[in-house]
Formats: sequence, C-alpha cells, structure tokens
Amino acid sequence: MTTAPAPPWALLAELTHACPLHCPYCSNPLELVRRSRELSTEEWTDILRQAGELGVVHTHLSGGEPLLRPDLAAIVTAAESAGIYTQLVTSGVGLSAPRLSTLVSAGLRSVQLSVQHADPAASERIAGHRSFAAKERAAAQVRDVGLPLGLNVVLHRDNLDAIDAIVDLGVAWGAERIELANVQFYGWALRNRTALLPTRDQLARAQETVERRREQLAGEVELVWVVPDYFDGVPKPCMGGWGAVSLTVAPDGGVLPCPASAELLGPEVPNIRDRSLKWIWNSSPAFNRYRGTDWMSGPCGDCPRRETDFGGCRCQAYALTGDAARTDPACALSPDHGLVRALAEAPATSPPAADSPSADAAPYVYRRPERHHTDVTRGVMR
Amino acid sequence: MTGWRPALARSVVLRHDRVRHADLLVLPERVVVLNGQAADVLRLCDGRRQVGEIVDELTTRFPGAPVADEVPTFLDRVREEGWLR
Repeated sequence: MTTAPAPPWALLAELTHACPLHCPYCSNPLELVRRSRELSTEEWTDILRQAGELGVVHTHLSGGEPLLRPDLAAIVTAAESAGIYTQLVTSGVGLSAPRLSTLVSAGLRSVQLSVQHADPAASERIAGHRSFAAKERAAAQVRDVGLPLGLNVVLHRDNLDAIDAIVDLGVAWGAERIELANVQFYGWALRNRTALLPTRDQLARAQETVERRREQLAGEVELVWVVPDYFDGVPKPCMGGWGAVSLTVAPDGGVLPCPASAELLGPEVPNIRDRSLKWIWNSSPAFNRYRGTDWMSGPCGDCPRRETDFGGCRCQAYALTGDAARTDPACALSPDHGLVRALAEAPATSPPAADSPSADAAPYVYRRPERHHTDVTRGVMR
Repeated sequence: MTGWRPALARSVVLRHDRVRHADLLVLPERVVVLNGQAADVLRLCDGRRQVGEIVDELTTRFPGAPVADEVPTFLDRVREEGWLR
C-alpha cells in the first residue's frame, strides 16, 4: 500500500474485560485480559490524544463493564480534550446518580445500555447475574440528566420472541434508539451456538414485529435491526471493511481492526505499548492484511459486491474454515456456505415455544475468566 | 416556527475536523459530514437568534445567495432529524 489509508472515524475502547454479567454471547475474546494487565489512566489518555490527532471523532467506552474502572471520568475527560465524542456502553450495574453526574461533568455525551430481555427473570438468566433492577435504575438516571439513551439488545433464540416486550421496555425507559442485533457467532457465542441459534420461523416473526413497531414509532424511537447473516445468504459488511472505519483497543493495549479479531491475528496483534496508533493504523501488517480488495480469493475476486460487503467477516471465515482470507461462509456464493446453511435449516435443538422465555433452553457456557493452571503458574512466578 | 430560536440538540456536537478539513455533526451513533454552507448556518443556531435573525445575518454575509428561500427549509429539515431543538 503506497498511500496512507483514510483515517479512522471511531475507536472502541475496551477499558476492562471484568464484568458483573456473564452473557453467553459476549463479544470479548475467550481469553479475557486480567485486571493486572490493563492499561493505566495515563496510557488511555495518551491513546485518546493520538486517536484525536489521527482523525477519530467518536469513542465507545466499553468493556467488560467500563464502570469498574475507577478512573472512568478521567478517561472521559481525556477523550473530550482530544475532541472525541464519548458514549458509555454499560450493563448499568454500578451506575449511580453521583457517578453519572461526575461523568457528565467530565464531558460524557450519551449512554448505551445493554438489555438481555424484557422479563426480569429471563434477563438475569441470560446475563448470569441479578442485574435487571440496576438496569432500570440506570435508564432512569440517564434520562434524569438528559443524556440520550440507547439500548443494545443481542438477539438469539431465547429473546427473539420477546421483541414486542423489549421495544415496550425501551419506550418505557425513555430510549431514543434500540439496537436489535442478531447474535454473531465467534468467541463466546460460537461456543454457545447450539443454545443461541434461532429458528428461521422465529426470525421471520421477529422481523415482522420490528417492521410493525418501526412504523408505529417512526420519529420517536429509532429501531435498528442488525441482520442474522447465517440465514440470509448475504454476508455482512463487517466493520465497514477491515481497517477502514474503526479500531478497537483491548484492555491490555492490543489494537484490533475488530473486537473479535484477536484470535485470527494471534501474535500479530500490534500493541499501543510498543507502537504509535498512527503506525498501527497506517502501517501495521495486522491492519493491512485484509484492507481493500487485493487479498480476496475465490468468488470475491470478481464479485460486483466486493466493495459493498468486503467479502464479509474475516473472523467468521477464520472461525468456520480456519482460513481468514476465504469468502465468509455466510455468503451463498462461498464454497463453504454449506457449513452455515446446514445449521440455519436444522438447529440442533427443538425451538422454544413462541411465548415462553424458554426456561428449559440448552444451558449456556457463561462468559467467565478461565482459571486454568497457567494463571496459577504466572501467579507463582511473580 | 415564529419565535423559534434554533439550537443544536444536547447530544449533537458541531465541530471542525482538522484531519479531514470538514465540518461535522457528531451524534451518539453517527457522524454527518456537512457541506460548507450547512456548517455556516448551524453555527448560528445558538438558541439566542431567531430564524429571521439567522437569515438576516447570512444575507449580509452572502449577498445574492438564496438565503431567505433555503435556510428556513433547511432548519426545519434538520429539526425533523432531531439535531436541532
């Protein structure tokens, strides 16, 4: 690549992987970063300064649960000083009126709250933690200080039949925007795919509901539907292209083209502790690997959609075929599409009843830090 | 419209992007790249000026431009998007 790539618009800051919730589809990697390896306040301040100079205008302060960082207000201040718009992405657990007031004074602009289900018991079963009341309180606090509130809802077989109730909840809680994002299968969600994969009927019903509610709420609440790519035969334009729009900084300083890409990049993940953000974005092998269209193979090479969907998702290609440069198997043109098609047509377990929060659904492997022997070894060596 | 003193919605930030040499509206989930004239109009939406005053000011600054015809419509459109209050 001879010319510098266009600058990034957005930075996803994974401030910590610690989280009180244990959602089985968490977008954090299977190997969670321990707290002792997290970036310091000074390091985040410097990253945000560099990001502003590079062209980043928007940051999602996320995790894990970002409220577990005691220095969150200082990080918001750093973003604000760098001219970067801040959105807090939170479970709501740990928010209080004084904490929120401090964050607003520091320059926080908006809040996105995760919601697992409209029914408290179902919500807490999915999250693996008693958290529903805290979410409701957090929504009220955000509304009280006058910040815009968005809800983000990951959709899967155990909540797709509750979309009407979830939208009602969002309206009652004062959300301006409800993002209904069908689960994407890598990392934790791939591990839980059997329990999370919906049926085609469920999806069709859900989509009808979304269209009906969208019409009804037009001009009041924005409903965003993120498509389930296993079912459509069309891959998603993941991240707007590899290294094209945004970047993710992991809690330990790893810088990624997308939050799920640590696994496929392995030791090639560049780290902000070693290199400048500018070098990482412009010149690192990791960010250049799947930029543009030169790397494409198979049906992508001469596909008229190659600049529309960018060959789909590299992480999904890697997770399902072991080769990140292959066409996303979600694409009907992919030679590997059978891998996805078979699952979409015949989920491994029977569908839940349409109106039940499916108390008997397949058990989840909850997202938790692994406490395997290497942790112990490292502990001893210190 | 009478008496309306347009101001940016609280969640909306109007800023100049020195890297891209462009004016931007930044919102919770999106960034809008403004053309030059749009930014000139929105910069006057400070919650103190009425629409008529904004039109007058722009007419002085850009004589000959169709300000009186286009600016009120533009402001209404931006309000419909929820970016002005």
